[in-house]
Amino acid sequence: MKAFAKLVNDLDSSNKTSLKTEAIQRFLRDADDKDKLWLLALFTGKRPKRHVGSGLMKQWAMEIAGIPEWLFIESYSSVGDLGETIALILPPPQQQTEKPLYAWMQDIIALADATEAEKRYFVLHAWNNLNTTERFIFNKLLGGSFRVGLSSKGLINALAKHYALDETAVAHSIMGEWRLDDVEFEPLIHGHYSNTFLSKPYPFCLAYALETPVERLAPLSEWQAEYKWDGIRGQLVKRAGEVFIWSRGEELVTSQFPEVVATAQQWDEDFVIDGEILPIKEGAVLNFSELQKRLNRKLLTRKILTDTPVGMYAYDLLEWKGEDIRLRPLQERRALLEMIVESYSPASIQLSPVVSAADPESLLQLRETARERNSEGLMLKHRRSIYHTGRKKGDWWKWKIDPLTIDAVLIYAQKGSGRRSAYYSDYTFAVRDGDMLVTIAKAYSGLTDKEIQEVSRFVNKNAIEKFGPVRTVKPELVFEIAFEGIGYSSRHKSGVALRFPRIARWRKDKTVQDIDDLETVKKLIT
Amino acid sequence: MIQDEPLLRFCSEGIYCVPGRFYIDPWRPVAKALIMHGHADHAREGMQHYLCHHFTVPILKARIGADIQVQGIAYNEPTYLNGVKVSFHPAGHIIGSAQIRLEYGGKVAVVSGDYKVQDDGLSTPFEPVRCHEFVTESTFGLPIYKWLPVESYQQQMRQWITENQARGKTSVFIGYSLGKAQRILKALEGMGDIYVHYSIARLNEAYVSAGIPLPEYRNLDLREDVKKVAGKIVIVPPALADSNALKRIPDFATAICSGWMQVRGARRWRSADAGFAVSDHADWPGLLQAIKATEADKVYVTHGHTQTFAKYLNETGIYAEAIKTEFGAEEEIEETVKAEKE
Ligand SMILES: [Zn+2]
Ligand SMILES: [Zn+2]
Repeated sequence: MKAFAKLVNDLDSSNKTSLKTEAIQRFLRDADDKDKLWLLALFTGKRPKRHVGSGLMKQWAMEIAGIPEWLFIESYSSVGDLGETIALILPPPQQQTEKPLYAWMQDIIALADATEAEKRYFVLHAWNNLNTTERFIFNKLLGGSFRVGLSSKGLINALAKHYALDETAVAHSIMGEWRLDDVEFEPLIHGHYSNTFLSKPYPFCLAYALETPVERLAPLSEWQAEYKWDGIRGQLVKRAGEVFIWSRGEELVTSQFPEVVATAQQWDEDFVIDGEILPIKEGAVLNFSELQKRLNRKLLTRKILTDTPVGMYAYDLLEWKGEDIRLRPLQERRALLEMIVESYSPASIQLSPVVSAADPESLLQLRETARERNSEGLMLKHRRSIYHTGRKKGDWWKWKIDPLTIDAVLIYAQKGSGRRSAYYSDYTFAVRDGDMLVTIAKAYSGLTDKEIQEVSRFVNKNAIEKFGPVRTVKPELVFEIAFEGIGYSSRHKSGVALRFPRIARWRKDKTVQDIDDLETVKKLIT
Repeated sequence: MIQDEPLLRFCSEGIYCVPGRFYIDPWRPVAKALIMHGHADHAREGMQHYLCHHFTVPILKARIGADIQVQGIAYNEPTYLNGVKVSFHPAGHIIGSAQIRLEYGGKVAVVSGDYKVQDDGLSTPFEPVRCHEFVTESTFGLPIYKWLPVESYQQQMRQWITENQARGKTSVFIGYSLGKAQRILKALEGMGDIYVHYSIARLNEAYVSAGIPLPEYRNLDLREDVKKVAGKIVIVPPALADSNALKRIPDFATAICSGWMQVRGARRWRSADAGFAVSDHADWPGLLQAIKATEADKVYVTHGHTQTFAKYLNETGIYAEAIKTEFGAEEEIEETVKAEKE
C-alpha cells in the first residue's frame, strides 16, 4: 500500500494542479496495474460493500488504546473524521507489512462471509502492521467511504497526459459501466471496452462578467439576450442513437437525468446541444435547491422523479447530423436550434427563451426582475459570434444581478470540523427577531487566515458555553453576509435559508445594534 | 509554619507563590517574576525583577529590553526567597526552559510550564521532579497526539527536501523563531545551504553563547535580493507564512512544523505544501509519563485541553483540576503579531 499511501499523502498536501498531476503520474509509473484499476474503481464509486460497522471499529480501537468513550468522542471532535481518529489513537504498529492495494481490497471483500471474531482478528492485525497514514486509508477502505482528494477532471487530465490520450476519451472510458472483474487497466483507459468517439463533447464556450456599462454594447440589436440559468450546465450529445450528458466539469452525468435522455432518444437525428439542466415543474423553473435534492443520488426513486422533475433549457446547437457547426454565426445556430426543438415540441428539452429589450434601460429592468424566475441575471451574446473554445472576451458576457447582502452577528463558532482544526473557522450567524437572535446562515468562507486568527482569539476569550466542538460566543462581531438567493426553510430557527451564503466582509464599524431584523430579511423573498 | 496556607495560588496576575511572595510567568506587571522560559506568552514585559535560567537571560534581554533587572540561575541550584526553597530543573521545551520547584514547610510544588520528554538534542533533557503538587500543561492533551521518534520526522523532512531539490524548488520551513527553528536547522544539517530569517538568527545567538553548537547557516533578509536562495533551504517564522515578502522567493514549497500538523485537516487547511508534526510540547504519552513520575497528589492543568485532560486524570485516580491561565493557545497568535510589528 506504500505507493497508494504516498499518492494520497501527495494529493492531500498540495492544492497545485501540477503537483497533483505529478503525484498521479508517479503512481501510474510505480504501482501495479491492479492497483491502478482500483484507483479508478474507487474514484468512480465502485466501492466494495461495508462488512465491518464503524461502531465495532471504534470499540476495538478504544479497547486497544485503553481510552474511555467520552475521550474518544473529544478526540473525534478535534479530528473530524472517524477513520483518522482511530488511526491516531492506536499505539504505534509493532510490525510493518507491505501488501499492494488490490491485495488489501481482496481481503476486505472476503470479509463478507467472516464471523465477527475473524473480522476483529483481521482488522487488529492490519492496524498493527500499518503506519498512521496507511491505517487511515485502510479504515476508509474498510468503511467504504474512501475519497481521493482530487477532482475527476484532475485524474482524467493526469491519465490523459501520462498515456498521451484525449481527455474526453479517457473520461468516457473510465466513467462508463465496467466491473472490476471483467476489465484490465491498460485496455480500459485506452477505451477498448467502449466507443469513445460517440460521446465526445466539445469544450464549453464560457463568458466573462460584463465589465463595461451595458450602453457600450451598441447597437443593442446585434446582441442576443437570454436569462442566465442557475442549474447544471450540460452538453447533450446524441450520436448513432446513443445519448450522453456531460457536465461542465467534463463528467458524464447521463444516468442522473433520465427524463432528458428519454426525450433525446425520441429525436431522429444526431446532435450536440449546449444547455442548462434545471428543475422545471408546470412550465416554471424552480429554485436550485430543488435540483440539489436529486444530485449524486445512487437511486432515483419514482417519488423523486415526480416531486422534482428536471428538463434542459437549450442554449445552443454545436453539431447537427454529424456536422460541427460551431463556426457558423450564433443567429444561424439559434435559428436551427429553434426549428428542431419546436418541431418536436418536447416535454423535457425546451428552448432557453430569448428576451428582447428596445433600450439599455429596459434591459436593466429585465435583469433586475430575473430573480423572480429563479434566474441569476442575463447573458448577452453577439449574434454573429462563433461558439468559442473555452473562455473568450468580447462575444459573450454574463451580466449577473448583484448579490444580496444582510448584516448578521456571529453567535456560534466551531473548529472541530477536521479541515481546519487549529482555529475557529466555521461560523453561524443570526439576525434579530424582536428582542431575540435567530440563526439564519452558516458560512465558512470569505475571511483571510489573519481574520480567522483574530476571530479565533475573540472566540477563545468570549465563549459563553461549550457544546461539543461548538462554542456559543457573545453576540458582538458583525459580518456582512452575501448570498445568491433566499427562501423559506426549516433548517434555521429564522425559518429562512440563504443560498450560497459567504462572508462579504467583517463590519468592524457596526455593533449588534446595527444588524438586520428578520422582517426586513423576509421581504427579500420573492 | 502556617498550616493551611497554600503554596500556590492562581491569581488574575499569574501563578503566585504565597509564602515566597513572587509570581511564576505572570501576565500582568508584578514586583518579582520567576520565568520558566523565553516564549512570549510566558516571559512578558513590565516586571520589576526577573529570575530565570542563565540561558534564558539573553533571550529576555533581546525580547523585552536590555535594561531589565534580570538574574540568571543554573539548573538544580537552590536559592531561598522569603524562606521558600526555590530551584530550576530542565523542562526540555526549548533552550533554558525550566520547571520551578518550590519547597516550604515540608511541602513541595513543581510548576512545569511548557515541557516535553522527547530529547531534541538541543535543550537540556527533561528531568522528572517528585513533588506533592504539580502544575502541568496540556497543549496536546488528547490521545491523538503522539510524536514520531526524532530520527523518523527528521528523515521525512529530509525526504521532502530531496523531492523539492529534484524539481529545482526552494524548500521553505515555517516554525517558531525560538526553539522550533533551531530544531529544524539541526534536522536539516548536511542537506545543503540553509538560509535563516534574521529574526531567527538573532535568537540563534542564545544557543551559541550557551555553547550549544548549531549547523552552519546564512542570514536572510527578504527585503534584499532573494534570488540566491533558489533551490536552497530557508527557515522563516510563522508571521511570514503567506506574506508577500515570502512570495519574492522564486519557485518554492512551504512546510509547517508544528504539533497541530498531526491532524490531516489541519495540514490541508493551512495553505502550506507539507506539514510535519514536530512539537516542543509533550505528546499524550509524554504528559502521562511525566505526571506519573512526579508522584504528585494533586495536579493543576494549564494550556489547551485543560478540562478534558483533568477529567481523564481524575478518572485514572490522579486528583486534578483545570486552571485558567493566559498561557498557550495564544502563543502562535502572539508570536505572529509580535513579529509583524518588527
Ligand atoms: Zn513555550
Ligand atoms: Zn506555554
